[in-house]
Amino acid sequence: MRQTCLNMVYELAKRDERAVFIGSDLSPGLLTNMQKEMPERWYMEGITEANVIGMAAGMAMEGHVPYVNTIATFITRRCYEQVAVDLCLHNLPVRLIGNGGGLVYAPLGPTHLAIEDIAIMRALPNMTVTAVCDAKEMVRLMNCTLDWPGPIYIRLAKGGDPVVSREELGFAIGKAITMRRARTRRAIVLMATGVMTTNCLKAAELLAKDGIDVSVVHFHTIKPLDEEAVLEFARDAELVATVEEGVKIGGFGSAVADVMIEQLSTSMPPLLRLGLPDEFPHNYGLQDDLLDIYGLMPGQIAAQIAKHAKKKARVA
Amino acid sequence: MAAGQAAVQALNLATPPLDDRSKHLRRLAVRALEGGERGHVGSSMSLVEIMRVLYDDILRYRPAEPKWRDRDRMILSKGHGCIALYVMLAEKGFFPLEELDSFCRRDSILGGHPEAGKVPGVEASTGALGHGLSVGVGMALAARMQKRDSRVIVVMGDGEINEGSVWEAAMCAGKHKLSNLTAVIDYNKIQSAGPTREIQDLEPLIDKWRAFNFATIDVDGHDVAALREAFQQLPLAQDRPSAIICHTVKGKGIAFAENDANWHHKSKIANDVVAKLYAALE
Repeated sequence: MRQTCLNMVYELAKRDERAVFIGSDLSPGLLTNMQKEMPERWYMEGITEANVIGMAAGMAMEGHVPYVNTIATFITRRCYEQVAVDLCLHNLPVRLIGNGGGLVYAPLGPTHLAIEDIAIMRALPNMTVTAVCDAKEMVRLMNCTLDWPGPIYIRLAKGGDPVVSREELGFAIGKAITMRRARTRRAIVLMATGVMTTNCLKAAELLAKDGIDVSVVHFHTIKPLDEEAVLEFARDAELVATVEEGVKIGGFGSAVADVMIEQLSTSMPPLLRLGLPDEFPHNYGLQDDLLDIYGLMPGQIAAQIAKHAKKKARVA
Repeated sequence: MAAGQAAVQALNLATPPLDDRSKHLRRLAVRALEGGERGHVGSSMSLVEIMRVLYDDILRYRPAEPKWRDRDRMILSKGHGCIALYVMLAEKGFFPLEELDSFCRRDSILGGHPEAGKVPGVEASTGALGHGLSVGVGMALAARMQKRDSRVIVVMGDGEINEGSVWEAAMCAGKHKLSNLTAVIDYNKIQSAGPTREIQDLEPLIDKWRAFNFATIDVDGHDVAALREAFQQLPLAQDRPSAIICHTVKGKGIAFAENDANWHHKSKIANDVVAKLYAALE
C-alpha cells in the first residue's frame, strides 16, 4: 500500500505539474525516479516535521499540491499546530501520507504507534481523513487527490495487505462501500475503516458458518463521514458494530455514534464499538500480536458479534 | 525608569527623531487601538518603520489586485504586531482607513491576529508563533519552481524565534540557498514576560543566522534611511537567504510605553489612555 501510494505520487506528478513530493528522512532511494526526472519537485528535508508542513502550506498557497510523507505518528502529533493553522485554517490542498497507521510499528513500541491519529485529525475543521483497505483502493484514492480542495490525511497500513476491495464497487472520497450485504432484514452490520474492513470480511465468513448473516460496510473516508450510509444500515439493524485500529475516544466509532445519536435518537439500535482502549500499548511483537491483545483479529471480532447474537436469541 | 520598565542593552544607536510620517502612522495605529480598546501596543510600535519602508519603498504589490501573481510576498509571522501592518495596508488602499476603527470588533475583517482570505494583502494567517518562516520557505521554493522573481519577506519577533520550528525553517532555507527569501527580526529585546536576555537569551543573534547560512546585517529598525538602504541591498548574497536584524524599541514613539513589557499588550484601553497615546505623538 505504501509503495503503491508513493508510486502514485510519481504518476500524478507526471500527469500534473502542480504535484510536489516532500519527505522527511525516509528510506534511501525513495522515489528516485521522481527525483531524477523532476528534481525541482522532489524534496527530502530531514527530521523537521513542523517546517515541512509549513513549507508545504507555502507551496500550496502558490498553487501546488504537495504530498508530504513520514511516519503517521510524527506527521500528526509532532506538527499538530502546523497542520491545524497552516493547512486546515487556510484550507490548503496538502496531502499527508502517514506510514504505519495504527499498530503497524508494533515492534518499535508506543512512540511509533499511531493510535489516535484518526481522532485528532478528524477534530480539525476542513481536514479530510482517509484509511483505505488495500493497495488497489489506494490507487483509486490517489486518483481523487489532485483536485480535492482541502487537506487530506492518508493513513497507510502495513503493506502487502490482502486485496479485498473491488473496482466495480466504485470509489469517491466520502462515500462508503458496501462490501457484503446481509440477506435478512434486521441484520447485524459491521462498519469498519482501513484494514479492519478485511478483518471484518473474514469475521463475516466465520459468522456465516455459524448461521449469523452480517453486512460489512467499508468507510475508507472517516471524514467527511458518509452519514447516509450509516443511517441506511443503522435504521433497521439489530446491532451496529464499529471496528477500528485506533483509540475509541474520538475515533471512527465515535463518528458513527454521533450520527446515530443525533439522527436516530430513541430508535437507535444497540452499538458495539471495537477498537483500542484508552492506554498506550506496552507489548511488542507484530501488528497482529497487538491486534490479538486488543481483540481485533477476525476470530475475536466474530466471537464478540456471536456473543451478542446469542444473547439476543436467548432474550427472544 | 517607570515600574516594569526593563533595562535594555545599550545599542549606541543614533536614531533620528521620528518624522511626520512615522508619527502619522503611529496615530493610525492608535486609531485601531481606540477602535478595539485593546491591542499589542509595544509589539506594533516597534514595527512601524520596518512596515513603512517595506510598503513605501521596497515591496512590489498592487492594492487593487492583492493576489497579483508577480507580487512580492510579505508574511508578518509575529501576527500580534498586526496593527502596524493594517495601518500600511489601509494607507496603501487595500481596504478603507475606516476599517481601523473596527479592530477586533465582532464583524470586523481586522482581528487581533491577521487572517489571509479576510484581509486583502495579508498573505498568511499568523498568530501562533514560529510558522511564518516555513511558509515563506515554501513560497520561495514555489517562486523558484514557477520561475517567478517574486521575493518573500518574513518578519518575525525576537520572542517568536524561541520556537524550534524557526530554526528548522532556517536550516531548510540555507540548504536550498533561497536568495529570494529574507528573514527580518524585530529585535526589540523584550518579550511578553520580560527582557529576552533573561527569558531566553538570543545572543549572539547575528552569528546564529550566519551559522544557518544566511547572509546577515543588522540595522537600526527605526532609522528610515538606514532601513531603506538595508532592504535595497537585497538579496545580501546571491547564493544564500538574507537575514536583517532590526534593532528596535518596544513601544517606540510612546515615551511612557517604551521598553516596558507591561505595554506588550493592553486591553480595556479607556479614552483617557487613548488621549495620552495621541498626546505622546504630538
